[in-house]
Amino acid sequence: MKDGLKLGIPIALGYFSVSVAYGMSAALLGFTPVMAALISVTNLTSAGQFAGTTLVAQHAGFVELVVTMLVINARYFLMGISLSQKLEKTTLFQRLLIAYGITDEIYAAAISKKGSLSFSFYMGLMVLPILGWTAGTWCGAAAGDLLPPSLASACGIAMYGMFIAILIPKARTSRPVTVCIVASAVLSTILRKLGLSAGWTVIAVTILIAGIMAFLHPEAADELD
Amino acid sequence: MNWTEVLPGIAIMAGTTYLVRVIPLLLFKNKITNRTIKAFLYFVPYAVLSAMTIPDVFSSTGNGISTAAGLVTAVLLAWYDKGLLIVSLGAALASVVVTLVM
Repeated sequence: MKDGLKLGIPIALGYFSVSVAYGMSAALLGFTPVMAALISVTNLTSAGQFAGTTLVAQHAGFVELVVTMLVINARYFLMGISLSQKLEKTTLFQRLLIAYGITDEIYAAAISKKGSLSFSFYMGLMVLPILGWTAGTWCGAAAGDLLPPSLASACGIAMYGMFIAILIPKARTSRPVTVCIVASAVLSTILRKLGLSAGWTVIAVTILIAGIMAFLHPEAADELD
Repeated sequence: MNWTEVLPGIAIMAGTTYLVRVIPLLLFKNKITNRTIKAFLYFVPYAVLSAMTIPDVFSSTGNGISTAAGLVTAVLLAWYDKGLLIVSLGAALASVVVTLVM
């Protein structure tokens, strides 16, 4: 438990600052700080809840919302499979709790731990990041309400900064990933120009481009292990 | 926005995300071996993030010059592998500074 908590501190700090950006953008979309914090504590996912929040603000259809969340969060499915291989014997209730805490960073920290994974370690690992993510969201949304609109919207780029920080370093080291990113950007721009909504565009781009890339580069499967 | 507008959406977001997380933990005991599916899942985050960033980032601050400042800062910091936190805050800071100066 204690080891997990310790490992969770840097994740919590990172989550706090990134979720401030999310909270600000949610406030810009018209959500109150409590609403934004509720989204954060129940979803605990950056890209997924950012897209979902935008869709809810646009009063998008529920099918579009469900499919968007499924596609964007599909990676958690794979992380869940990989975690289930590493877990010590756990009860059903314990697995239900562990599932809630699967995020990119928590998963990465858990999977990098030597040996098998205990329930108490995982609980220790996830508690501070959850607090950081929720508190940061509330602060960001509250600050977004206080800041003059021009400054609050200038912060709207922070969330994209996070995405760019994931994309560019990976693109530098992997040519197939570069092709995937560029092709996705081009197709996304075209589909949006044609009038497709943001949610459906992300879904169509992901299925088409990631699908084509998977056929062109089946060897990428090895990167996942 | 009021609660009746957002609560159903929040519930759907939370429910869908939780199902994606919990189903593999409850069902899968063996690893996926299909290479095409694994390769597809490898590319998913990059396609998703790229499509979420482009073209929306270009209108993210509501002002062309502050967007450009934030975007260039983000790309440069990311190029030198500065990590999520620095890139994200750096982009916002550049964009805020340009907005204040203008």
